[in-house]
Amino acid sequence: MATFGVLVFPGSNCDHDAYHALKHVMNSEVKFLWHKDTDLSGIDFLIVPGGFSYGDYLRSGAIARFSPVMQEVVRFAEKGGPVMGICNGFQILLEAGLIPGAMMHNEKLQFVCKNVYIRTESTDSIYTSGLEKGQILDIPVSHGEGNYFIEQDGLKSLQDNDQILFRYCNEQGELTEEANFNGSVDHIAGIVNKQRNVLGMMPHPERAMEKLLGSEDGKPIFESILNSLSVA
Amino acid sequence: MYKAKVNVTLRPSILDPKGKAAHHALQNLGLNEVQQVRIGKFIELDVEAKDEKTAKEIVESACTQLLANEVMEDFEITIES
Repeated sequence: MATFGVLVFPGSNCDHDAYHALKHVMNSEVKFLWHKDTDLSGIDFLIVPGGFSYGDYLRSGAIARFSPVMQEVVRFAEKGGPVMGICNGFQILLEAGLIPGAMMHNEKLQFVCKNVYIRTESTDSIYTSGLEKGQILDIPVSHGEGNYFIEQDGLKSLQDNDQILFRYCNEQGELTEEANFNGSVDHIAGIVNKQRNVLGMMPHPERAMEKLLGSEDGKPIFESILNSLSVA
Repeated sequence: MYKAKVNVTLRPSILDPKGKAAHHALQNLGLNEVQQVRIGKFIELDVEAKDEKTAKEIVESACTQLLANEVMEDFEITIES
């Protein structure tokens, strides 16, 4: 059975959500990995959770990137190991250079905490293989710096290589300006690297795992992951 | 010992929402002469180095690796002894 590792930085606050989602909803093996840990042996899948690592000092994710565990995460990812960064985790992976681009303050400057709709743009990844192309998911966001930015050439490369997995949309799946609440380039909510093993996404699928808590649309993402890990 | 002063600014092509909000507030104050506001970061470093050139190289390395994110930011260094 696959074992998940959830990183814990000073200031992480979605580490327990990720643990709960995997352990109690998906019945998987999960371990916490402290930011000073350097031993990733026995871990099949890494989650870099949301929060405010190191108080978001300097820029979100900028300091976390230099913690001992991150050097190992980069090595793990470069060997093809799957790494999923959610929210602050996405910001950390950007700073670490595992995914191209950068995060800026939300266009309207507000911290936005609400459920939004995202559209599945590609099913060609271990994260979305169990979803339908165009499938709309109701997933919460909670961030002040989620305004994804990349230069025109970089954006073209993301589009040409089918690296955009999720875009912000409205309930009907349309890419309206209003739906792109944080001002991200090309409505980007989640992307993978070129090798497709590293995912960064701003919305929190780990907080959308139980109907009782509002939505269970995050579940198919974790089901896809588990399926691909059991096949591998 | 050298004192390095670093200005980190958003690249000109990038929209600066904080600058825009400050500009708007300045207009509300009646300072309509202000045409644009861009907000960046100012960082001071004390650097021990054998000469000014080495000090600048150290600060450049600090900027490219950590202090600025060159995807969206530019930086400018001045060294004082």
